[in-house]
Amino acid sequence: MPESAVTITINGVDHEVESGTLLIAAAEDVGVEIPRFCYHSKLDPVGKCRMCLVEVEGPRGKSLVPSCTMPVSDGMVVDTESAVVEKAQEGVLEFLLINHPLDCPICDKGGECPLQDQTMQWGPGESRFIEPKRTYPKPIHISDIVLLDRERCVLCDRCTRFADDVAGDPLITFQQRGNNVQIQTFPDEPFKSYFSGNTVQLCPVGALTSVDYRFKARPWDLEHTPSVSLVDSVHSTADVQTSRGKIIRVYGIENDAVNEGWLSDKDRFAFSAVHSDDRVTVPLIRDGDDFREATWVEAIEHVADKLGSYRGDEVGAIGGARNTNEEAFALGKFMRWVIGSGSVDAQVGDGIDPRLAATLEPRAEISDLDSAATIFVWGPDLKETLPVLYLRVRKAVRNGATLVVASPAGTGLDAIADHVIRYRAGSGADVLRKLSAGDGDFAGARSALEVGPIVGLVGRSSLAEDPNLVEVAAAFARSLPEATLLTLLERGNVYGALDMGLAPTLLPGRMSSSDEHAIAALEDAWGAIPTEPGRSTTGMLDALTDGAMKAVILVGSDPVQDGPDPEATERALEAADFVVAVDAFVTDSSVHADVILPGAVWGEVDGTVTNLEGRVQRIRPSIPPVGQARPLNAILDDLAHRLGVDLAAAKVGDLTAEIGRVAPAYAALTMDYLTFEADEDGVVVPLDQGAETFRYVPVEVTVPVVTDRMSLHLAPALYDNGVWNRNASSIADLPRPVVASIHPRDASVLAVANGDTVLVNDSFSMPVAIDGDVAVGSIVIPYNQVATKGLAATPSVSVDPLRGDR
Amino acid sequence: MSELILTSRMDAHPADSNTLARYQATGGYEALRKALNEMTPDQVVDAVKASNMRGRGGAGFPTGVKWGFLADASPRYLVINADESEPGTFKDRQLLERDPHQLLEGIIISSFALGVDQAYVYVRGEYPKPARRLQRAIDEAYEAGLLGTDILGSGFALDVLIHLGGGAYICGEETALLNSLEGRRGEPRLKPPFPAVEGLYAKPTIVNNVESISNVPWITLHGGDAYAAIGPERSAGTRLFSLSGHVKKPGNYEIVMGITWGEMIYEIGGGIRDDRALKAWIPGGASAPWLVPSEHLETLVTIDDATEHGTMLGSGAIVVMDETTNVVAAARNIVKFFAHESCGQCTPCREGTSWLDDILQRILEGEGRPEDIDLLLDVSDNISPGLGWPPAMTTICPLGPSATAPITSIMRWFRPEVEAMIGMPEVANA
Repeated sequence: MPESAVTITINGVDHEVESGTLLIAAAEDVGVEIPRFCYHSKLDPVGKCRMCLVEVEGPRGKSLVPSCTMPVSDGMVVDTESAVVEKAQEGVLEFLLINHPLDCPICDKGGECPLQDQTMQWGPGESRFIEPKRTYPKPIHISDIVLLDRERCVLCDRCTRFADDVAGDPLITFQQRGNNVQIQTFPDEPFKSYFSGNTVQLCPVGALTSVDYRFKARPWDLEHTPSVSLVDSVHSTADVQTSRGKIIRVYGIENDAVNEGWLSDKDRFAFSAVHSDDRVTVPLIRDGDDFREATWVEAIEHVADKLGSYRGDEVGAIGGARNTNEEAFALGKFMRWVIGSGSVDAQVGDGIDPRLAATLEPRAEISDLDSAATIFVWGPDLKETLPVLYLRVRKAVRNGATLVVASPAGTGLDAIADHVIRYRAGSGADVLRKLSAGDGDFAGARSALEVGPIVGLVGRSSLAEDPNLVEVAAAFARSLPEATLLTLLERGNVYGALDMGLAPTLLPGRMSSSDEHAIAALEDAWGAIPTEPGRSTTGMLDALTDGAMKAVILVGSDPVQDGPDPEATERALEAADFVVAVDAFVTDSSVHADVILPGAVWGEVDGTVTNLEGRVQRIRPSIPPVGQARPLNAILDDLAHRLGVDLAAAKVGDLTAEIGRVAPAYAALTMDYLTFEADEDGVVVPLDQGAETFRYVPVEVTVPVVTDRMSLHLAPALYDNGVWNRNASSIADLPRPVVASIHPRDASVLAVANGDTVLVNDSFSMPVAIDGDVAVGSIVIPYNQVATKGLAATPSVSVDPLRGDR
Repeated sequence: MSELILTSRMDAHPADSNTLARYQATGGYEALRKALNEMTPDQVVDAVKASNMRGRGGAGFPTGVKWGFLADASPRYLVINADESEPGTFKDRQLLERDPHQLLEGIIISSFALGVDQAYVYVRGEYPKPARRLQRAIDEAYEAGLLGTDILGSGFALDVLIHLGGGAYICGEETALLNSLEGRRGEPRLKPPFPAVEGLYAKPTIVNNVESISNVPWITLHGGDAYAAIGPERSAGTRLFSLSGHVKKPGNYEIVMGITWGEMIYEIGGGIRDDRALKAWIPGGASAPWLVPSEHLETLVTIDDATEHGTMLGSGAIVVMDETTNVVAAARNIVKFFAHESCGQCTPCREGTSWLDDILQRILEGEGRPEDIDLLLDVSDNISPGLGWPPAMTTICPLGPSATAPITSIMRWFRPEVEAMIGMPEVANA
């Protein structure tokens, strides 16, 4: 018997269970189901619904206790089936039902409703209630995407506990008392939370429903596909649910290694872009200022012939971060071997050194946050970029971890941080030096960082900073006691793409593209590949502009929208001799293409993906590709054939197997292992220690020259003007209005008040918000929004009050 | 009556018993001087333990034993429960209005004993005058060096703060009171942890009733044994009863326990108004099951005798009903109160109490059905399984089971009367 085990007796049978567990969970572990509504394993117990009452023997005989609040203790004798327990259960269910509308036939929850199910199993056969039921106007909007039906609500406190404790958005609460108690928002304050959809999934009845799912399907008609969200690089495990060939709903799957069941609303609601009317569903070939539809045969021939007409190093590929590992691998293989170009980059100039992202050690796992004594965040606002990781940090802090956050602007974590370091965008190198030395104001944060184990979360804190600054931050974080690290690239499968070699400096399996042995090994498998690193996205765009490169393949990427310099990017695409885009939409970038090939997307493709901790999970197709869209690997296989080469990329399974053969970090990974051994948890690579580890070499960090202009910090926002966000109907309208935030001191220098309009770089006008959370000398503007379209991420900008006859 | 502990000063000096001058002129704050100058905190605790005083808020838990549970952490708090909301109870009001310094002295001594330097008095929102009187006493005490830093030169420091409730009955439940004091919804907490371990702001906290703490100066001055010697062994001391209803002389009475209920109603209460017949009485607040003359006139007024007869002395509120009382209407009045005052957090209380209210209302409107009698009892049983005493609960706190007390009472003692009312509007409305 393990030291932490105790013996309890349930219904006359002895069981060994873990000491300290709640009785309801311990019973479940040994196969005894106790009904419940308010209890949820991821929320603090409240004992409110009283459904889980059981009899426990005590010094004064048996008494009814809620099993959700009672920790097990050695020798505990429990009866979950006695007459008293059964009567209490029937009684509670009857109480819950007397005022319930019993509108199951039109309720979205019907068929997957714990109230229905438990009434069937534990409830009374019929009601004795003949009084008028309690009624409310219904449903009411509590946010843009969540509706509340108070008549169905059983007041279990799940949604409110989630909002308060897990999400940190205490915007819904109980109001009134007695049998008028109801969930409500505060007046004029909707339940605006990035995590509101979780309350719909948590709700044990049909009280909370999402706008996009209402009346769309019945649960028994839904087909379920266990998969992962590709909205960001956390890869929350998710159940993609379809009906009649359409994705209808996405639910979180409780994968404790990754997301513990939670999803951001973007994870949950972005799927509708898959079915957007604006999807590119057939190949398009440029026809003057417009495109004309073409057959795949014509498009493939056209593209292959054009690409084959250039020298290898005249062609590059930008993107791949939204694709599967298999697609990314096929792209790298196509570019390096078939085309003969090392110019591949899954990032669009907004990221960090790919070698750092792919090989930084010691790498943390997400779950390491649970046991961290101290968490150090140097990077973008986690709440806006990696919201589910933000939840995990919140949980760690609730459980006692110390949090140190450094950022050029206020972040979602500031409110719970023990130390907040605010600095002017562009002065990060100086701040890191001072923090490292523990100078003055930094002494407190520095001493907090003496207590390990420490998890460092390091990313590019601002586009205004030199990308290499991340390496300095990572080196500092690595030097901390018992430190493990995660880098904070955001985009979908960017880590998988880098692992597959979609970076000029990387080959598949986290190998250096300058490594002779790695090159030789790949050449053994494929044939000749370039021996010099190719160009990065920035380098490719420059080379297209000056003519050194002729053609570029855009793979589900929109560097005009997402990259740091929209105008320069447009100039480069205009200057290119040939642009082919594999994309689902006509974007600000693919609109410059000569050919757009309709690419299959998340929900339609099969394969594997790798998240920011290096965890590989299976992503499964839920629906066939919309229209004539095809997976990238199949497109590349056809292009290669036209160019006279067999890429062996037609089948996903072949690619997975080849990745295992040629990508050292993935050597032990097979699809069988992933499917049958790792199950929904996925598996962190490398499984063995074959991979070369990152060796930090001090880098030069450019400190932007401080001018009389203001430092610009483009702050990422969860809801933005990205093509997926725009095309997902439930979240398309959620981007916040653009405001430029400046410190009160700068506001007085500029003589502007809250709401006054300022002109940024002489061409972008926006209202100003005066905010003490902004560093002096900085202006903070949300990134990638309609109103800031075209604003380049330069280190500094001019800011002038706009006066006139307004 | 051998001796009055709580009310002698207010009876003797009705004009100014609330002032510091009168309090000190009649021996006030002598106990505090004794405690600070001659006793250790532990000796004060021992005296209260020895007094055998049982809490006067309703549950009757020995105050000294409760003090013994106080966890060894700092800071710790003393909270006085002056949220006197049990229908029929108005004894604490008198103590607050007419002898606030007695309470205050009790608070200071108790805080000294418990190692507390911040005490709160949670006064029900409907008690503006008692709160004003207590505030004036607190102001006087600060002025006189009886509160604040270095009390009477002893080095002991204490601040006392009044907090006015918002008018919810449930905030008289000690953990709901603590939630309310912290600015949260007034909802009872799950126990354990008990307040003595994790109370106000999650710190060790003692919550005591006004009357309990008002006894502390006397106990300090005269010793715990002297207090224990008053009255029956397990119902020691004097006790303030609020007598109301159909008696000739309603009011607050300080008595030594151990008299009979007959003496209580006919001698102290002066008998039934208009000399009608006694029908029933509630012995300890609306939550208590009723007693009836055919069975209980000779029963002794003690905590244990009440328990033995399936009820309680509770908050000391005695509500007397004469023969003209419509017991269904009386029961419904009480059930309606509890339904209205349910905090709504747990299912059986939220849904069950208002269901009971609905059924009783329907019966009173002449729409009762024969099956409603069993339904009332079974719904009650689903809130308080077994309908025994002390009540078992499917609820978080005893409020829900309290609503079943009048129902079990009328079914036990007046069932034919209830049955007669079923389906008979004329009887119901008589």
